[in-house]
Amino acid sequence: MKNGNDLRRREPLTDNQLLLTITICIFFAMYALAMIFLGGGFLRFQQVFDLLNNNAALIIVACGLTIVMIGGGIDISVGGVTALVVMCCIVHMNNGGSIVTAALMAIAIGLGFGLVHGLLISYLEIQPFIITLAGMFFARGMITIVSLEPQKVAHEGFKALMKTKIEIPWLGYIAKKGNLIPARMEIGVVIALVIVLVVFFMLKKTRLGRNFYAIGGNNQSALMLGVNVKRTRFYSYLISGLLSGIAGFVFMMHTGAGNATNAAGAEMNAIASSIIGGTLLSGGVGNVIGTFFGTLTLTTIKAIVTASGLQEPWWQSITTGAMLCFFILLQSVVLSNRGKRRIKR
Amino acid sequence: MANPAKKSGINWSKHSQLVLPLLSILLIVIFNLIRDPSFFSVEVAKNNVGNTVLTGNLISILNGASELAILAMGMTLVTAACGGQDISVGALAAIAGSMFVKVLRAGQITMGTIALGFLACCAVAIVFGAFNGTLVSVFKIQPMIATLVLFTCGRSIAYWINGGATPTVESPLINAIGSFIPGIPIPTPILIVIVVGIIFALLFKFTTLGLYTQTVGINQRAARLNGINTVGIKLLSFMILGVCCAVAGCIGVSRLGLINHETLLLEIEMDAILAVAIGGNALSGGKFKVASSVLGAYAIQALTITLYAMKVPSTAVKAYKAIVIILIVVIGSPVVKQFFSSLRAKLAAGKQGKEAA
Amino acid sequence: MQNEVVLSMRGIGKTFPGVKALSNVDFTLRKGEIHALMGENGAGKSTLIKVLTGVYTKDAGQIFIDGVDGEVVIRSPQDAQKAGISTVYQEITLCPNLTVAENMFIGRGKYTLVDWKNMVKRAGEILDSLGIPARPKQQLGSCSLAVQQMVAIARAVDMDCKVLILDEPTSSLDDKEVAMLFGLMRDLKARGVGIIFVTHFLEQVYEVSDRITVLRNGELVGEYEIENLPQVELVAKMMGKELEGLAELNRDETPVLDESTPVYETSALSSAACTNPFDFAIRKGEVNGFTGLLGSGRSESVRAIFAADRVTGGSVTMDGKKVKIVKPVQAMKQGIGYLPEDRKDDGIIADLSVRENIILALQVMKGFFKPFSNAEAEAFADEYIKALEIKTASSDTPIKSLSGGNQQKVILARWLLTHPKYLILDEPTRGIDVGTKTEIQRLVRKLAEEGMSVTFISSEIEEMLRTCSRLIVMRDRHIVGELRGQELTQSNVMRTIAGGVD
Repeated sequence: MKNGNDLRRREPLTDNQLLLTITICIFFAMYALAMIFLGGGFLRFQQVFDLLNNNAALIIVACGLTIVMIGGGIDISVGGVTALVVMCCIVHMNNGGSIVTAALMAIAIGLGFGLVHGLLISYLEIQPFIITLAGMFFARGMITIVSLEPQKVAHEGFKALMKTKIEIPWLGYIAKKGNLIPARMEIGVVIALVIVLVVFFMLKKTRLGRNFYAIGGNNQSALMLGVNVKRTRFYSYLISGLLSGIAGFVFMMHTGAGNATNAAGAEMNAIASSIIGGTLLSGGVGNVIGTFFGTLTLTTIKAIVTASGLQEPWWQSITTGAMLCFFILLQSVVLSNRGKRRIKR
Repeated sequence: MANPAKKSGINWSKHSQLVLPLLSILLIVIFNLIRDPSFFSVEVAKNNVGNTVLTGNLISILNGASELAILAMGMTLVTAACGGQDISVGALAAIAGSMFVKVLRAGQITMGTIALGFLACCAVAIVFGAFNGTLVSVFKIQPMIATLVLFTCGRSIAYWINGGATPTVESPLINAIGSFIPGIPIPTPILIVIVVGIIFALLFKFTTLGLYTQTVGINQRAARLNGINTVGIKLLSFMILGVCCAVAGCIGVSRLGLINHETLLLEIEMDAILAVAIGGNALSGGKFKVASSVLGAYAIQALTITLYAMKVPSTAVKAYKAIVIILIVVIGSPVVKQFFSSLRAKLAAGKQGKEAA
Repeated sequence: MQNEVVLSMRGIGKTFPGVKALSNVDFTLRKGEIHALMGENGAGKSTLIKVLTGVYTKDAGQIFIDGVDGEVVIRSPQDAQKAGISTVYQEITLCPNLTVAENMFIGRGKYTLVDWKNMVKRAGEILDSLGIPARPKQQLGSCSLAVQQMVAIARAVDMDCKVLILDEPTSSLDDKEVAMLFGLMRDLKARGVGIIFVTHFLEQVYEVSDRITVLRNGELVGEYEIENLPQVELVAKMMGKELEGLAELNRDETPVLDESTPVYETSALSSAACTNPFDFAIRKGEVNGFTGLLGSGRSESVRAIFAADRVTGGSVTMDGKKVKIVKPVQAMKQGIGYLPEDRKDDGIIADLSVRENIILALQVMKGFFKPFSNAEAEAFADEYIKALEIKTASSDTPIKSLSGGNQQKVILARWLLTHPKYLILDEPTRGIDVGTKTEIQRLVRKLAEEGMSVTFISSEIEEMLRTCSRLIVMRDRHIVGELRGQELTQSNVMRTIAGGVD
């Protein structure tokens, strides 16, 4: 601070970068250890692609949630909305709807939820937890009203779409028989990656994106600085709703089936991904790249737990919980220490 | 809080909080009476074990809401002290239930082992409650996020306790806890709720818990300056909620005679929070009324049973609940309240103007 | 350059229900001057500032700004900003999680995409030209408070402000940072910005200001060139007394040197908020006062005694015995009561009833497992409602629906109920009506006669003189003097506050 005029000096990490760095380091360390000690699937790129294929929808949902959390809110309806979209789209297509109208419907349902949440939370100033809880109840309840029975996609075009995979030969591996098995990636993953990049760009480069950070950092200050706090908050829920809708479509492309328990617990997984990725619970700090790695960390842990012989089903969630606890405490301790130093100077 | 008004006559301003849940129940009752006058008829019947028991929708509402009512009591305390909610109660109840079953299966099921099992599951629940409480009070993490940890892994811990099985416990004693004690026609869970309610009333009568909790919830800084251990009070509220989870878990296990870690009291945390809200308690903490939350719990159950009676599938009930929640919070939101009070002021001013003219 | 008027406010009036906050106040700011706005609590400084920044709308008067024809209408902070008036508040109103550069540019103008490169470059230029030791890409929260404040100033300057209002900018800064801030202020002055400087620190006023406007009770006392107003006269003007012909209170009692063991004695006490260790002692039946202007450290000192902030050092003896007081509850158990300065945030439990608010402290001392019965609580409440003449519908009424004075009495009742040996009253008379004020003063004397030791703090010097038998004078967070007996005169107190210079 003393020689502040020295502009060439490397900046110390911002809270944002610090937490992001921790997450990425932990992810790679974990993955490296898995490669060394477990080998097997972890040595192949396909392992990463499998993680992505299975969790594309989760990544999208977590992106939306990250935006809401950066703005200082919470949205726990995302899993319910995702599941509702799946069910609606399948019923629609099975009744003769086309893929395009199904996609439009997914977006419309997502936007609808986001719109109502946003209006009620930012303009009527109701606690986001309660409103989005109601949203989750409503979505989950509606699923069975739409269809009591589990549904399977019967639309031929969509089935073809589901089977379409992008092959990347140079990331493949040579199987025992000597033939090359290319790495396979589903279309949903492409959508998820595009969304991560778009959201990253939005948060970094656009006025709206920066306003999310401002209202999460200190909404009173943001107001004084000339940010339209209410509208910004409204948009955060709207975007989260929209992304839940898209996530539903991607989920459907992966599973091709819909039932009442689809994407059960997705909201909590998404919150956990965001937290692990360095999104601060109190708002103002976070990054979708972190969230992306957070999701991967979360799912890699589960893969590692299974691969390392802890076959019992409970270990996955227990390690997830422990991991979550570790990151929550880490955030609390790291940031409170930083705060202390700041006051002492 | 739990003390009845001493002076003769009822001081209504003191009980204004009860209006919202009572009104909700009343609406549901009227609706049912119009729809089907026999809805509330209570019959005396013999159950398959041969006991004389009461049956009917009314009894099943009171019986079915038992776990929810108990959890709502604890949740009210946590909400009041911390200004946030515990979303891990269902998971914690599952852990407690597993512990209960584990102890019971270790030997013969007698009154003694049941008591032992109950104590063991209380101990476990208190430890986990203290864990949540520590995250909230010492590390100053928002309750919802702090309890997310246990929410995520609680049910797996429950699974783990019983080594990956869903063991059953069969005994007339357990059956007596879960359904009827021979000779008493009222379902036992209802009696347990009454006992827990009395314990809460005694707690408020013989300790200053009520005063301290409200003080901490309303003004933490002032509470500290008046010598209240704010960290301790928050911790205590979570530990009491832990005990509530243990009781609810034991009832849940006894009803079915088995522990299913996945389905035991599933999503009850959301209903418990809702009960607190319908009870007119501020979710941001402060003043509270436990009795009001209990009524809220019965209102939710009454709504659920009514929907069942109307042949709404159990999974779709949530959608209707959501609409009720939204209505309640929208009516209670600061902006809407302000709008109505300004409207009332305008009307009053208009009236005065007319009278003056 | 100094004579060009950039802002002139004429005959400003503002009335709140029941209170005349400002009446017929004139204020003139010239180009390139630092103009201090002074006054004690309730003088109307903040109201005047808020009228100027559009937070309040004025009831009477006109505002003119250089470069705008005719009267300027300011209805919102945005209007003020457009008119070239920027404000930097004591609490930083920036976002700590964003970078310095972003904080300077967010919410300004119309854009969809953020041009980081350009923004950082421009921010760097501005920071450099103003000599602010911050880097554009640095996270704001990692800067010291002084630098954060300077960034806020830089933002204001870049928005082409003609009038810069600094509202208590130095309250939380240390000496070095204050010097840095003053450097920046002088720099801006040289660029022709008119600066309104609101502060409680007299020395700082004399260090940087060119002119002083003094307000008292919502009225203009006068505008003075700094050279023509000695420090002690400034204090006199703020307090509302002329130095000559002060009607001194009669004090017949010659100070009796009390050699008894102090009820409370501390040495080198310090806390997180009160970093300069101090010694202090009070004897039985004594009323002493901590005086000094707002921000002089008087409240922080008494808070340290009660352990209201984290105690960082010092030893305490009570009645000759060494005791440990690091938590409020320990202070209470030793017989210390503390009525906090901030009634709303530290005192009342808004939603609870008057009765519960009264018994709270005694209940805590009695213990968790020994609640008062309803009858006992009712009896206590009724006793004190009667004794202090608290105006409330019943003891069941929530305290938040009482008037300020009655709320204060409830808090007072809370501590009297604990029968403390030593009672600390921090601004018990602030913001309450005159009748209640005298009641409280009388009560304090009575308590002392009954043998209680009392520490009394007030912004009104007269009140202090009337109630206290010994005054400890503080300035800029240090004890600078102790007055007793015959020395207790207004002029003496003011001289000591002002630093002994005439």
